[in-house]
Amino acid sequence: MADEVAAKPVEKWTLGKSFRRGSAGVYVIWLRDFKIFWRDTPRRIGAFVQPIIYLFILGTGLQSAFTTFGGGSTKFVTFMYPGIIGMTVLFTSVFSAISIIWDRQFGFLKEVMTAPIPRSSVAVGKILGGGTTALLQALVLLALMPLIGGIHITVEKYVLATIIMIVLSIGMTSLGVAIAARLKSFEGFPIIMNFLLLPLLFLSGAMFPLQGLPGWMKVLTRIDPLTYGVDALRGTILKGTNIVAGSGDLPSGISSLNIQNYPLAMDLLVLFAITVTLTLVAIWRFRQVE
Amino acid sequence: MSIVEVRDLVKKYGNLAAVKGVSFDVEEGELFGFLGPNGAGKTTTINILCTLLQPTSGSARINGLDVVANHNEVREKIGLVFQDPSLDERLTARENLEFHAVIYQVSRHQRRERIENVLRMVELYDRMDDRVETYSGGMKRRLEIARGLLHYPKVLFLDEPTIGLDPQTRAHIWTYMHELKKKHNITVFLTTHYMDEAENCDRIAVIDYGKIIALEPPARLKSLVGGDVVEIKTEDDAQARWELQEHWKVELVERGDCLCFEVPNGDEFIPNLIRELKVKILSVSLHRPTLDDAFLKLTGREIRPEGAEEGGDFTTRARASRRRI
Repeated sequence: MADEVAAKPVEKWTLGKSFRRGSAGVYVIWLRDFKIFWRDTPRRIGAFVQPIIYLFILGTGLQSAFTTFGGGSTKFVTFMYPGIIGMTVLFTSVFSAISIIWDRQFGFLKEVMTAPIPRSSVAVGKILGGGTTALLQALVLLALMPLIGGIHITVEKYVLATIIMIVLSIGMTSLGVAIAARLKSFEGFPIIMNFLLLPLLFLSGAMFPLQGLPGWMKVLTRIDPLTYGVDALRGTILKGTNIVAGSGDLPSGISSLNIQNYPLAMDLLVLFAITVTLTLVAIWRFRQVE
Repeated sequence: MSIVEVRDLVKKYGNLAAVKGVSFDVEEGELFGFLGPNGAGKTTTINILCTLLQPTSGSARINGLDVVANHNEVREKIGLVFQDPSLDERLTARENLEFHAVIYQVSRHQRRERIENVLRMVELYDRMDDRVETYSGGMKRRLEIARGLLHYPKVLFLDEPTIGLDPQTRAHIWTYMHELKKKHNITVFLTTHYMDEAENCDRIAVIDYGKIIALEPPARLKSLVGGDVVEIKTEDDAQARWELQEHWKVELVERGDCLCFEVPNGDEFIPNLIRELKVKILSVSLHRPTLDDAFLKLTGREIRPEGAEEGGDFTTRARASRRRI
C-alpha cells in the first residue's frame, strides 16, 4: 500500500483550494436559490404583499384594542411596523429552509452533496440564499414605512436598520437550515412552526409591547433571540418618536410605550452572537448529513 | 496501475451485510459492468466508490486515491449518474449544467463550449433553454449523463442508467457509452440487471448476495454455460423430467414454466428429442447461451425481477438510505 502512494503523488486539497471551492459552492447555491425564488412569480408577489396585508389587518384590529395609545400623532401601527418587519424576516428565513427538504425529496441535494465542495459551503449557500429573500422583503417593507407609518426615516436609520435586518435574516435562516438539515418530510415543518416560530414571534415584542408583563414571561422574552432583533429595529427606526397614552393610563400604569427596552449596543451584540452561533450549528448539522 | 482498485470491501448495516468482501480492479478505458439482481449489493458498492458511503472495512482507490481519506480529490475525478433523478426541474438544462460546471470548477471560458458539446452529444442541444420539468424520462436521463461528463471525469459511474427507459433510448445510451470509451478513453463503470445490456461491457462482474461470483468478459461468461440451451414445454413436466434425466442424462433447471437444459449440439439434439420423448411436447426453443443462462448456471437462480421477494426488503432499505443523502 505504502509504495503505491509513493508511486503517484496525491494532489491534496490545500486550505486555499478548499476556500476557492467553497466560495464557488456558496455562490452557485445562493444563485440557484435566488433564481428559483425570482422565477416563481406568485411567490415573489406573495412575498411582498403578505406582510402588508398582515400589517393592515393586525394593525387596524389592534389599533381599536389599544385605543389608549396612538391618541397622539403616532398610531399603534407605527409601533407595530418594525415588529412586522421582524416577523417577516423570521417567517421567510425559517421557511426558506424548506427548500432543503424539497431538494432531498426530488434528488437534487444528491448532486450538491456529491460535489467536490466542502459541506460547509452548501450550508452557507443555503443560508445566504434564504437570507437574501428575507432581506428583500424586509427592505420593501422598510421602504414603505414612511407611507404607512407616517414617519420620516433618515438615511442613517435606513443603513443601520438594513444592517440589523441582514444579521437577523442570516441568523433566522440558519435556524431553519439547522432544523431542515436532518428533516426527512414536509410534514415535520408545520409542527416546528407551531412549537417554535409562533412562541418566538409572540414573545419577541413584535406584536405587543413587552411592558407590564408577569415575571416569568419577561424571562421568556429575554431568551427569545428575535426580541433583540425587534428591539434593535424598533429602536433604530422609531428613534425620537414618542408614543404616548391618550386619555387615561392602562391598568398596569403604563403611560407611554417603550420604543426600546435594551441599549442598542447590547441588542446588536446579542443578535450578532446568536447569529454566529446559529450559523455554526447549521453548518455542523449539515456536515452530519450522510 | 488500475484506475479502480477495490480490496476486501465490506459494508454492513447493523447485522445485515450488504457487501461481503469484494475485490476487483478496473483498467483505464474499460467498460466495466456490475451485474446482479436487486439487493445484491451493486448500488452499495458503487456508492462506496463514489464516496457517498463509508465502507465498514476494506479499501477502494480511484486513480490511486483512497475514496475515504481523499474523498474530495476522488470526487473531482468521477462523474455520477444516479438511479434516481437528481436534476433541478425548475431550471433549464443549460442552467443545470452551469451549476454543475461551477461546483466542479470548469473554468469560465470553457463552460459554454463544453455545455454545448455535451448537450449536442446527447441530442438535447435544441432544448437546452427549456425547463427540465418539460422533459421526458429518457431526456432527463440523457441530460444526467451529459452532466456527469461535463467536468471530463476519469471514471463515469452509472447506477442502472437505462432502468425504466424505452428500448430505443436504451440503445441510444449505449451508443454514447461506446463513443465515450473510444473518443475520450473514459472508464465507464455501470450497474445493471439487464442481461442483454451487460453484453456491451468489456468485462462483467456478477454479484450476488454481496459477493462477486464471476468476473469475466461476456463471451467467457457465456462459454461457462457450455453448449446450447434448450427450453421445452410439455404436457407432463414430471414425466418429461424423468425421461430426460434417465435417457439423456441432462442437467435440468426449471425456468418459469419451462424445463431448461444444455446440450453440446442443439440442432441435432432436437429432432431426436421430438422423436423419442413419450410425453407430448408443446413447444421447443433453442438458443446460444446468453448471460441469463450464465447467471442461472452460476447462481442456480434466474436474475430476480424488479422488487422481488428475497432481498426485496434490503433493497427498500438501501433505497431509503439513498434518499436520505
